[in-house]
Amino acid sequence: MASLEIEHLEKSFGANRVVKDFNLSIEEGEFISLLGPSGCGKTTVLRMVAGFESPSGGAIRIGGQDVTHLGANQRNIGMVFQAYALFPNLTVAQNVGFGLRVAKRPRAEIKARVTEMLELIGLPDLGNRYPFQLSGGQQQRVALARALAIQPRVLLLDEPLSALDAKIRVSLREEIRDIQRRLGITTIFVTHDQEEALSISDRVVVMNGGVAEQIGAPFEIYNQPKTRFVAQFVGTLNALEAEVADPERGALRVGSTEVILSEPVTAGQGTPVTLAARPEVLALGRREGNDTVFTGRIVETHFLGSILRVRMEVEGQLIALDTFNRPGNPPPKVGTEAEVSVASRDLLVLAD
Amino acid sequence: MKSKKLWSWLALAFGALYFALPLLGTLEFSLRARRGVYSLDAYRSVLADPQFRETFSYSVVMAIFTILVGALIVVPTAYWVRLKLPHWRPVVEFITLLPLVIPPIVIVFGYIRLYNTSSILPLTGTTTGTNLLLMLGYATLSLPYMYRAVDTGLRTIDVGTLTEAAQSLGAGWSTILARVILPNVLVAVLSGAFITFAIVIGEFVLASLLNRPAFGPYMQLTGANKAYEPAALAVIAFSITWICMGLIQLVTRFSKHTNAKR
Ligand SMILES: Nc1ncnc2c1ncn2[C@@H]1O[C@H](COP(=O)(O)OP(=O)(O)OP(=O)(O)O)[C@@H](O)[C@H]1O
Ligand SMILES: [Mg+2]
Repeated sequence: MASLEIEHLEKSFGANRVVKDFNLSIEEGEFISLLGPSGCGKTTVLRMVAGFESPSGGAIRIGGQDVTHLGANQRNIGMVFQAYALFPNLTVAQNVGFGLRVAKRPRAEIKARVTEMLELIGLPDLGNRYPFQLSGGQQQRVALARALAIQPRVLLLDEPLSALDAKIRVSLREEIRDIQRRLGITTIFVTHDQEEALSISDRVVVMNGGVAEQIGAPFEIYNQPKTRFVAQFVGTLNALEAEVADPERGALRVGSTEVILSEPVTAGQGTPVTLAARPEVLALGRREGNDTVFTGRIVETHFLGSILRVRMEVEGQLIALDTFNRPGNPPPKVGTEAEVSVASRDLLVLAD
Repeated sequence: MKSKKLWSWLALAFGALYFALPLLGTLEFSLRARRGVYSLDAYRSVLADPQFRETFSYSVVMAIFTILVGALIVVPTAYWVRLKLPHWRPVVEFITLLPLVIPPIVIVFGYIRLYNTSSILPLTGTTTGTNLLLMLGYATLSLPYMYRAVDTGLRTIDVGTLTEAAQSLGAGWSTILARVILPNVLVAVLSGAFITFAIVIGEFVLASLLNRPAFGPYMQLTGANKAYEPAALAVIAFSITWICMGLIQLVTRFSKHTNAKR
């Protein structure tokens, strides 16, 4: 049985439909990310699961129990906020123990649990500090410990890392994932950072305009995007205007270059389509296995250390490609002619 | 530039004199009860007066109840308005300002008309009832200050998110108010409390017309019948107000976690 089920969830603010027919079933211990641009309804979905917002329609079940109309304080859900939201008048230990005190647990049990939680987040000595005496990263860890102390059925995190600086953001997200795995707690993580979502999730829900456009494992979302929006929102994508030349053979025409796809095309002859490729599947020069070759001109090169990003003009359109740095291969000169090759099975055809 | 500075200093000096001179005069006069030498005779006579002690302690007790009742009404109201009815804030603020616009004499006549012995709720019929009415009147008079203080206190915390954090940890409304909201606005409540205290101690109109033995009417009575004692009383009342102001400053400065917030 799924740990958390969301069925036909709807939310409108006045005439504004913010969440539309949202369906999601999460397994016990799964780590799910909600990914999408600002205003797409991620927070609203999360707040409905937490009980801070009441749905306009649909149902939410936790462990089989219908909680759609249950108060937020009766759902036993852990919540971590972007702004930490620690109680400023309480020490770290009192913050972590708050939920247990509210539940009137015995004092000894609270003390033991607080110690255990502070060890879990790697801050065993900071129990007596006040929130204002902690760094942002430490505060967010304490907020996590506070949410976990009550042994919630589900853990919800709303952009917990976006107020932190880049380095801590990466280390803390690993730590959150690690703790989540150890406790085996069902988790929903909201973010608008695609790298964050792809790197730590079991599955990613890509949202746009209140709709879940695609739900799948990070590898699947990145490599087999189902819609144009998903393809463009997740990762960098080169898009080339193309035209169907011969649907049966899977032949497309990009300017003067013919591209033969590995599968037939469903669109009729002459239909304009978009041919898409990730920068890393394109290779500078010919390479074994790359059956499609374009000729173009180098427009720009960016040396990023381990990666060399090259911008080229191909058939009058701009594309970007990434190659790994190799000491023997200096970046190509801007303005020179060059060939780009790609394996046709790595190309995506996006319907409009 | 220089002359500008000079003028500001002059203005400041004039203001200081305007406030300080009458005060100094009063103080000086209060010390002249014994012919030819400065003495504390007036103060001694005031403090020895049993009526002083009775009326003063009556007013202190009234002040304490007023503060408790005021805080009990204002804190949940201001919290709820901030959390759930933000667009009602201007209206509520206007209502809390009314006691500054409506003279106490009007309020007290309204009370007497509404709650007299032949009304449905004859509060003025008994001593306890009249005390209750007086206390509620005091709470009304201090409402503008109490509300503003608490509302300012609430502004320094993220009321919405803290409430939700507490809710997700299982807390109900009373727990949230008692354990999260009140402790974080305690400094604000205290500064509201000191202003309330100063108001209640010096209040004359309500107490006098409801005929209660409060400190305000006592001061008025002494002022009408004695020479040096009223000056001493004025100095005492003034010191109480200033001590209250000082306490507001102290409490604000020495609260453990507030210096953190922004
Ligand atoms: N209380 C509310 N009243 C009216 N409209 C709201 C309310 N809360 C959210 N909305 C609207 O719902 C839409 C979705 O908001 P939501 O906060 O869920 O977006 P989000 O995906 O979390 O965005 P972000 O990445 O910026 O946090 C927005 O257009 C927002 O304006
Ligand atoms: Mg959001």
